[in-house]
Amino acid sequence: MPKGRSRFILLLAGLFILNIGLFLLSLNLGSIQISPAEVLDTFLGNGDTRQELVLFQFRLPGIVIALLVGMALSVSGVILQGVTQNDLAEPGILGINTGAGFVVVLYIFFFQSSMNSISGWGTYLLPLFALIGAFLAALIVYALAWHKGVEPIRLILVGIGVNAGFSAALILFQVQMDPQDFMQAMVWLSGDIWSANWNFVAATAPWMILLIIYSLYKTSALNVLTLGDDLAKGLGAPVEKERRILLLLAVGLAGLSVAAAGGIAFLGLVAPHMARRIVGPRHERMLPVSALLGAAILQGADIIGSNLTPSAEIPVGIVVTIVSTPYFIYLLMKTN
Amino acid sequence: MKLGEVNRTSHEERPKRVGRAAVLFVLSVTGLFFSLGWSVALGASDIELSTVWQAVTAFDESNTNHQVIQELRMPRAVAAALVGGFLAVSGAVMQGLTRNPLASPSVMGVTHGAAFALIVALVFFPSLSNAGMMFASFIGAGLAVILVIAVGSFSKGGLTPVKLALAGVAIGGMLSSLSTAISLHFQVAKQMSFWYAGGLANTNWASVKVLLIAGIVGLLIALAISKSMTVLSLGEDISKGLGQNTILIKTLGVIVVFILAGAAVSVAGTVGFIGLVIPHITRFLVGSDYRLIIPLSAMFGGLLLVVADTGARLVNAPYETPVGVITALIGVPFFLYLARGERGSM
Repeated sequence: MPKGRSRFILLLAGLFILNIGLFLLSLNLGSIQISPAEVLDTFLGNGDTRQELVLFQFRLPGIVIALLVGMALSVSGVILQGVTQNDLAEPGILGINTGAGFVVVLYIFFFQSSMNSISGWGTYLLPLFALIGAFLAALIVYALAWHKGVEPIRLILVGIGVNAGFSAALILFQVQMDPQDFMQAMVWLSGDIWSANWNFVAATAPWMILLIIYSLYKTSALNVLTLGDDLAKGLGAPVEKERRILLLLAVGLAGLSVAAAGGIAFLGLVAPHMARRIVGPRHERMLPVSALLGAAILQGADIIGSNLTPSAEIPVGIVVTIVSTPYFIYLLMKTN
Repeated sequence: MKLGEVNRTSHEERPKRVGRAAVLFVLSVTGLFFSLGWSVALGASDIELSTVWQAVTAFDESNTNHQVIQELRMPRAVAAALVGGFLAVSGAVMQGLTRNPLASPSVMGVTHGAAFALIVALVFFPSLSNAGMMFASFIGAGLAVILVIAVGSFSKGGLTPVKLALAGVAIGGMLSSLSTAISLHFQVAKQMSFWYAGGLANTNWASVKVLLIAGIVGLLIALAISKSMTVLSLGEDISKGLGQNTILIKTLGVIVVFILAGAAVSVAGTVGFIGLVIPHITRFLVGSDYRLIIPLSAMFGGLLLVVADTGARLVNAPYETPVGVITALIGVPFFLYLARGERGSM
């Protein structure tokens, strides 16, 4: 269908431009306003040192993280929804975010003195711990939901339960932190592009980019899996193997996102749904569209969060939750 | 309603069940009495049980132990018993009204609703009295319950357990995000941290008094509708067919939940899962008659929270472990057990 194809390319181009627009907007907004012309000047190397510092050291790493995490979470949601055949699957609801957050807090609690003082090797180890936590949570959920196969509904309910368990375990450690760290951990766990600097980007970005590209390559496997096990097996696909690879991919993306930006919930649910409405269920189209949508939503939320009130920055995860829960509830009411 | 225990005992003779319930009631009252004594006696400094008894019967103002008992430990233990009982009863009422095994204050975002209302009150009406704060938390708790039930009821396929749980996650998530946003904006985040940790450390006789008032009203209404609720829990059609005013019963039930859960949350913050676990255990023991379930749930819930709170003080003494962690330790496996049994459609 050439018509559908050109429409798809137009859509991708549109989303791409939207992302660039948001990117430029968030570069020039903030407590220190830098006009677009000045931004351009600074990028060309003609800005003053203060502008360079603000743009390159403070704003740019955060924006890069927002872009990548937005994509990673959306892709993770797409894969989870496809593999579990459940429209409401999402790393936040399934407890994967909380599991990753739990292990990260443990790591900070035992090996680092506070949330702010992570540096050097500590930064590069953080994603590793987040991944361990994400896989641990996913394993627990999968094992507990297993009863002659994994039924989608059981998976979701078990995910909610495991989520509650990790939250309780988290509180156990959080109350032993001093109040400052307690609040910081709290905020970070609900999703915050926290102390984003280039070290952080270097520690997480390459992995995220790699996994996102790999999942683009895996879209046909996803298409086959959504046909249902019987049909997929009939087509000669190694169903269990593909399912495991895809699940690992989704959990890996979610874990990395938590390492980079805390436990942002609902984004992995909302972006895929919007994409499905726009381009239909075929993953080779739906996945890139939802990745770009996710990036745009997270950038937008970041702009709102850091500019809405002058007195304090509102963490991006909070904005995402407030904006996307009404949509989630709408979906919940519609699904049978 | 899955979890086939609901009508398990219906074939048994009614007197037999009432007899068993009476025995259980006496046992739980005794258990509660002793656990209260134990809870008051144990702590940062251990006090002899006989001293506890003396502090109650022959209070001596010059005795520090007596002071500690009267002013710190006793109100705390009594508040724990009341909060636990309230949470259990509101869980039982929710499960009865929605005929949904997962219905309970923690699953339905009640805590987040109450915390949200308290933050709003704290920011916009800072001069509000304690009673006013309590009232705000009633409203918040009620708001969350109404939203969750509304989302579930107006959705395709009705209020299934999964829908209820997910609606609870969504509404709870939204309300707690709003609270965090407000508290960061108005810089009252520190006061918020109490809510997340929860616990009974700050209770005094004043909070016990408020709890008692809420408890008398809430429990009386709960008992008054308990007979109708038994019928309603068999099905809406049966209830209507027998000429019951289901709307009135449901409204009263929701009011009970407002009052009891709101009061409990405003005193103790986040204490999860009591309202989920206790009603199930009670139903398993005495069958589906809410005239028996409600008083017994109250006793069992009180007993559980008194024990859990004492444990919370002793596990890592002299530091306190949040009591919500202890109840989650019991509640999460139970929730998972219920979830595994769940096989209905969305």
